[in-house]
Amino acid sequence: MGFILISLIILIGITSYFLGNLRAKNLRTSNQKNLKSLSHYYGYYVALWAVVPALLILLMITSFKSFFIEQYVLSDFIALGSYTETELSLLFTQIENIAMGIKLFDENTILIDGAVNKLNYINKTSENLTYVTVLGFSGLLVLYSIFNINHKLNSRKIVEKFLIVLYFTCSLVAIMTTVGIIFSLLYETLRFFSQVPITDFLFGLNWSPQRVFVREAGDLDTRDLANAFGAVPLFAGTFLIALIAMCVSVPVGLLTAIYMSEYASPKVRDWAKPIIEILAGIPTVVYGFFAALTVAPLVRDIGQGAGLTVSSESALAAGFVMGIMIIPFISSLSDDVIKSVPQSLREGSYAMGATKRETIVKVLLPAALPGIVGSFLLAVSRAIGETMIVVMAAGLNAKLTANPLDAATTITTQIVVILIGDQEFDSPKTQSAFALGLTLFVVTLALNFIALQVVKKYTERYD
Amino acid sequence: MKSIKIKADNLNVYYGEKQALFDVSMYMEEKQVTALIGPSGCGKSTFIRCLNRMNDVIDICKVQGKIEIDGNNIYAPSMQVEQLRERVGMVFQKPNPFPKSIFENVAYGPRIHGIAENKSDLEEIVVNSLKKAALFDEVKDRLNDAGTGLSGGQQQRLCIARAISVNPDIILMDEPCSALDPIATARIEELMGELKTEYTIIIVTHSMQQAARVSSRTGFFHLGKLVEVDKTETIFSNPSDQRTQDYITGRFG
Repeated sequence: MGFILISLIILIGITSYFLGNLRAKNLRTSNQKNLKSLSHYYGYYVALWAVVPALLILLMITSFKSFFIEQYVLSDFIALGSYTETELSLLFTQIENIAMGIKLFDENTILIDGAVNKLNYINKTSENLTYVTVLGFSGLLVLYSIFNINHKLNSRKIVEKFLIVLYFTCSLVAIMTTVGIIFSLLYETLRFFSQVPITDFLFGLNWSPQRVFVREAGDLDTRDLANAFGAVPLFAGTFLIALIAMCVSVPVGLLTAIYMSEYASPKVRDWAKPIIEILAGIPTVVYGFFAALTVAPLVRDIGQGAGLTVSSESALAAGFVMGIMIIPFISSLSDDVIKSVPQSLREGSYAMGATKRETIVKVLLPAALPGIVGSFLLAVSRAIGETMIVVMAAGLNAKLTANPLDAATTITTQIVVILIGDQEFDSPKTQSAFALGLTLFVVTLALNFIALQVVKKYTERYD
Repeated sequence: MKSIKIKADNLNVYYGEKQALFDVSMYMEEKQVTALIGPSGCGKSTFIRCLNRMNDVIDICKVQGKIEIDGNNIYAPSMQVEQLRERVGMVFQKPNPFPKSIFENVAYGPRIHGIAENKSDLEEIVVNSLKKAALFDEVKDRLNDAGTGLSGGQQQRLCIARAISVNPDIILMDEPCSALDPIATARIEELMGELKTEYTIIIVTHSMQQAARVSSRTGFFHLGKLVEVDKTETIFSNPSDQRTQDYITGRFG
């Protein structure tokens, strides 16, 4: 129904554009006075009146309709007063199913039969009613706006104003989403911290939320809660893996950037740069099984050959692959930064008799340093937030360790572990995922903020 | 006649397919200021950048012919370009101090060429260079401040101090005053008068008055050719070529 109705509204909109346009033209010829705007702006003006309010009304009707239908259909049951809210909504689903011809229960009471009839009736009526209301409204507004066109009306300005509102609404969507996510994170996190003290979470050394899950919800033993949500092992694991990743990506990425910006001929750049940037386009899940199936066994075999005990899911393997993944972030950002150092500084250095290497080390890198550091920070925040590789290759066991050959787990991995499958949403175990998510969010936000500030400072320097 | 420091012989320069200089031959005298004038795009900057082989940086640039400094061809294969540039300093059109402290800007050359024996040596070189560039008194209390924080004229003098810190024979100046106001320009011109007692100076300039004020010889370039080179007085009072006459009287360019 929605599709047909919306098509009809759009059709009215298009027609009314031509009507408005025509009316303005007629007015211009019959009446010697000049209109304030070009004719097609009057077309837009009428079309806006035809479409926008109608769509808003449709939106309102559809969002409130289901509530009223449910109230109406269930009115007999509600009058009985013996049903709880959950039972009522179950009942309504059952009635809907029967109305659609799915019979799960053979015995129907008279009440249910009545309700099914009511539902069929109200569905039909409400549909017709929606059509009449929306289209009627649209038509009336078209008439109103067409007769409203006169030489005093500046439709050009009205159209501009409408567009401003439209742009603002669009930008509001992204902003409201961000705000909404933050608030839902905050809300769940606060609920979690009302059960588990924040100090236990931030400084506790033991992470084993599974212990809490064994018991019934509502029957929680506070002793279980006390020692189950210490997130330090997760922070440590995240830090360890990110550190390994940076140890790989910083030198490789930076040297790549130097080669690409200063040494590579344009020909080499042309084919090498896109290939490096493809690295950033490989789905992280591919990196994940690459890490789990190729690199991790390799690390283990080499380690065993050297007489070390290496777990088959090691922080080293995950960190190494993650490092490879973020090379393009560092290399392409640093490349841009190094290239944007003014040519005059290079010439100044060469003119002093410096070699290329001396120029790079002593002039270009110091000049580009803030931007390069910015790229490192962005890469770190990427490494900390990365999920797939660590889920597949780093291990799930939350053990506090600094040994890169051992299995380690990260914040992101634990969030996945906690939320995978069916979960009850009011247990502290599930809510702990929100606390972890918020922690991650705060850390990456801070890193991004610092990185942007550093980069900004750098760009100010040459202006 | 004074001794000849630099001698260019049938110099041809190409940027890819395009020829930028045609058979330029001229000499420059030791411890004198030689000015190169001409309209934009005439090749005077290309010429001056051949003298310290700055054109090597540009891939598509090709140089044919010979430039001799003290009788040695600087385009000979045995010539090391870093050593050449140590002897032939350069000051650019736009002041380009490194984003380092004032001290480090001047110490840059001595450091990479290992000129200073120790720290006090280096300090002495820096102070002397700044004094010779007539900048020391203005910055002596803030040698550790950023060089980029100085005014335009000060930055350009800092670049001159940087150029003379490695004690070159020759200083090339590529329109050193075009980004400066008249007062800063006057200071640089005054400075050139002092520097020419020690260094051979080649200056590219758009200002004919400046050429007349500072130089003893002047070369006029037009469309990649050296039209005329002579004593500055002669060029400005009695040029032998019609094009020179037209240019200095302001009929084109």
